[in-house]
Amino acid sequence: MAQFDLNINGKKHSVDVDPETPLLWVLRDNLKLVGTKYGCGIAQCGACTVHFNGSAVRSCQVPISAAQENEITTIEGLSENGDHPVQKAWLEHDVPQCGYCQAGQIMAATALLKNNPSPSDAEIEDVMNGNICRCGTYNRIKAAIKSASQTV
Amino acid sequence: MKKVKTGMGRRSFIKNVSLAGGGLLIGFNWLACKRAAEENGEEVAMQMPDEWFELNGYLKIGDNGIITIYSPNPEIGQNVKTAMPMIVAEELDVDWNNVIVEQAPLNLDVFTRQLAGGSQSIRQGWEPLRMAGATAKQMLLSAAAKEWEVPVTELSVDKGIISHKASDRSIGYGEIAKAATKIEVPDEIELKDNSDFKIIGTSRKNVDAKKIVTGKPLYGLDIYEDDMLIAMIVQPPAFGMEFKSMDAAKAKEMPGIKDIFTIDTYPEDMEREWSDVAAFSKLVVVVGESTWQVMQAKKALNVEWDLNPDLTHQMQILEKSPGMEDTGGLENSDMHTALMSDAGPAKSEVVRKDGDPESAFSNAARVIERSYSCPFLAHNCMEPMNFYANVTDEKAELLGPIQTPEFAEKSVNKRLGFELDKIDVQMTRMGGGFGRRLYGNFLVEAAVISQKMKRPIKLVYTREDDMTNGVYRPAYRVSYRAAIDANNNITAFHVNAGGITESPLFANRFPAGAIDNYLAESWTIDSSISTGAFRAPRSNFIAGAEQSFLDELAEEVGKDPIQFRLDMLKRAKNDPVGEENDYDPARYAGVLELVRDKAGWNNGNSTSSKGVAAYYCHNSYVAQILEMDLKDNEPVIDRVTCAVDCGIVVNPDAAKNMVEGGTIDGIGHALYSELSFKDGGVQQNNFDSYRLIRHREAPKKIDVHFVENGIDPTGLGEPPFPPVQGALANALYKATGKRIYKQPFLPEINAESRELKT
Repeated sequence: MAQFDLNINGKKHSVDVDPETPLLWVLRDNLKLVGTKYGCGIAQCGACTVHFNGSAVRSCQVPISAAQENEITTIEGLSENGDHPVQKAWLEHDVPQCGYCQAGQIMAATALLKNNPSPSDAEIEDVMNGNICRCGTYNRIKAAIKSASQTV
Repeated sequence: MKKVKTGMGRRSFIKNVSLAGGGLLIGFNWLACKRAAEENGEEVAMQMPDEWFELNGYLKIGDNGIITIYSPNPEIGQNVKTAMPMIVAEELDVDWNNVIVEQAPLNLDVFTRQLAGGSQSIRQGWEPLRMAGATAKQMLLSAAAKEWEVPVTELSVDKGIISHKASDRSIGYGEIAKAATKIEVPDEIELKDNSDFKIIGTSRKNVDAKKIVTGKPLYGLDIYEDDMLIAMIVQPPAFGMEFKSMDAAKAKEMPGIKDIFTIDTYPEDMEREWSDVAAFSKLVVVVGESTWQVMQAKKALNVEWDLNPDLTHQMQILEKSPGMEDTGGLENSDMHTALMSDAGPAKSEVVRKDGDPESAFSNAARVIERSYSCPFLAHNCMEPMNFYANVTDEKAELLGPIQTPEFAEKSVNKRLGFELDKIDVQMTRMGGGFGRRLYGNFLVEAAVISQKMKRPIKLVYTREDDMTNGVYRPAYRVSYRAAIDANNNITAFHVNAGGITESPLFANRFPAGAIDNYLAESWTIDSSISTGAFRAPRSNFIAGAEQSFLDELAEEVGKDPIQFRLDMLKRAKNDPVGEENDYDPARYAGVLELVRDKAGWNNGNSTSSKGVAAYYCHNSYVAQILEMDLKDNEPVIDRVTCAVDCGIVVNPDAAKNMVEGGTIDGIGHALYSELSFKDGGVQQNNFDSYRLIRHREAPKKIDVHFVENGIDPTGLGEPPFPPVQGALANALYKATGKRIYKQPFLPEINAESRELKT
């Protein structure tokens, strides 16, 4: 166990955990930021996607020791009132079915649009291919990203 | 208007409760939902009422006109949490923007069939939900009539405001609700005509959408209560094996670990409910302070497993059959394939026979025979199995994702010996269900662990646990034979279907009823592998197989595949064979005609390879046309056109979402997914080895068309899933020139192409 100082959603947090603990489980178990989901633990499903200094990463693969001194944004910190253009596009297209993977999808989509404000269908497919939606809302995810790309 | 007696739902209508900010006991306040309007992205300043009035178990009305509607059924992504309250709100005649939706806990005194399964929530909830809204409306109207001393027939309602035109008076539901609690529950109420619907048939956003996109706690896995510990399981590595011994000394010393022990979820003397299915009843349990600590302790555990002769007995007998490899009773996929080809069909039993199929086959000009098979599948809900339990001497509090809360409560009653009234089961929103959460073994496990620890615990499965410890979609096989006469008429049809451990046969479905000589046979093979319902059980395989075979027959007799089916359905409508046929040929034909028109089937402009299929299940009819090309031996699906007859569509855009999802899910499982076995163990335990359909592989476009017929609603969660597998197989044939008989299709396409190259 060791002390780690974290910067998550613009707030300082301090946790005392095993240095190998993945960021995912610190977010969930220690900080109760449960919007970041566990789906596979091996970076295959994308449900745990967060922003690490602005880039989309799988938080199940980031040991907490590597998370220190970096800016981490989770779905809870994406916007003040849930009104990020991507979140609004998700509501407009009523994307979710079960909804479990959607926070990870949104975090992947916002990182995509930050780097590429008007992605082609193929570019969306390539980036979003790492996020599994078991309910099959892929077409709505794509439509929402395209809507959001008009506004970001 | 339709008059209905309220008698059947009377238990639901016990009322006259004035509740200061309360109502049904919702122990976890985040289970409560936001006002519907807020979920649409609108910011609405909502004043919570000072007082609530519960007119029946389905709803309560605040003194300021805000309405809370309880959604009775578990929400697994099928969107009943929006659709069911919409039905209540319709008959209550309120503004949807003033509605708050809350997930109801299990409460059989008020609700009936609180179950997510069989695509039945809307179909079976249709009348009780309408009655709940209409009864409350009637009481509010009666209260206003009494107060104003006017006949109730002179009153009208719009969006929760009651008006009396003659005297120019009006009053809101909130203001009259208290008086309405004094009104007798009417014996008979009137339901609206379909043409008067204002909410049903209009698209309303998912009531949990805002919480979903902002990452608020909603799911079982999101539960973190004070004093709660994390529990995880270690299960045998293979079916047919059981716990022998363990050395937990080192793991117990690890940081955060509280205890390590074994549990028996379903002791032999326990009377089981149908939902009490578990891959392994005896499990090792590790309990600790945090998820990661428990995961590490699991790895440090040293557990020894043994062959269980009782579990492997069945296979040991089968292995005595010629050609079977002796594995000591541990199963593998080659063995399953062999058993389904020979031993299974050898013990077929006739389920239905019309006419004289034997003669028809012996007199046939030619006979076409084809066999289809599919592997086991894991459900792979994105949210792995989990449950929160707080069992004390006084009560058992259980909260989490469960499709069958009623049966789970009974199981806990039997397992812990608690009286039903001391068991409180509440449902979280679920990260998928697909049938896996019909089987509440994880809930019982959580209860047993909490009781032993004397602490609240959350049981968490890892993905690997979830895939290893499943209740899988069975492996199936079906053989079809058709007799064709010299004039290209189908004179006999023979279906022989079975599986491990159930048969996928529906003997009375199409094409039964359309052919004079018909024979349906069934068989099953036992196994130590746990199997159960998976989205559209049995249909999820046999629809695709049957629709592939019909496609091949149509080609054999030189007919357009849609016309071929329509001709058969015409026969089934005009002169049906047998009396047990359980489909409506006219509605079946209706979706085929609709999909043909909408997809432009006959207009030959498209260069894509097209395949069609149609199927009836869960009381609904779905036809799909899939258009694709082959690029680098992988299908690229350009478009799927879907025609659906599920009667009245309550929430059209959400229903469209469901059809899109079912279509993608069907394509994905047919093309890519497989759970195989070696030495009794699963060969895939996470998404690196188990392939699920991904974003790039989804169809570029999915068009959904609903038949508008005003018939009471039927199922939708399952019906779009089975037929698309047949449409895909038929399109693949057009693209590759080869028929595919085995799921998953992709390795078969690649095998075919390798064959062609060499």
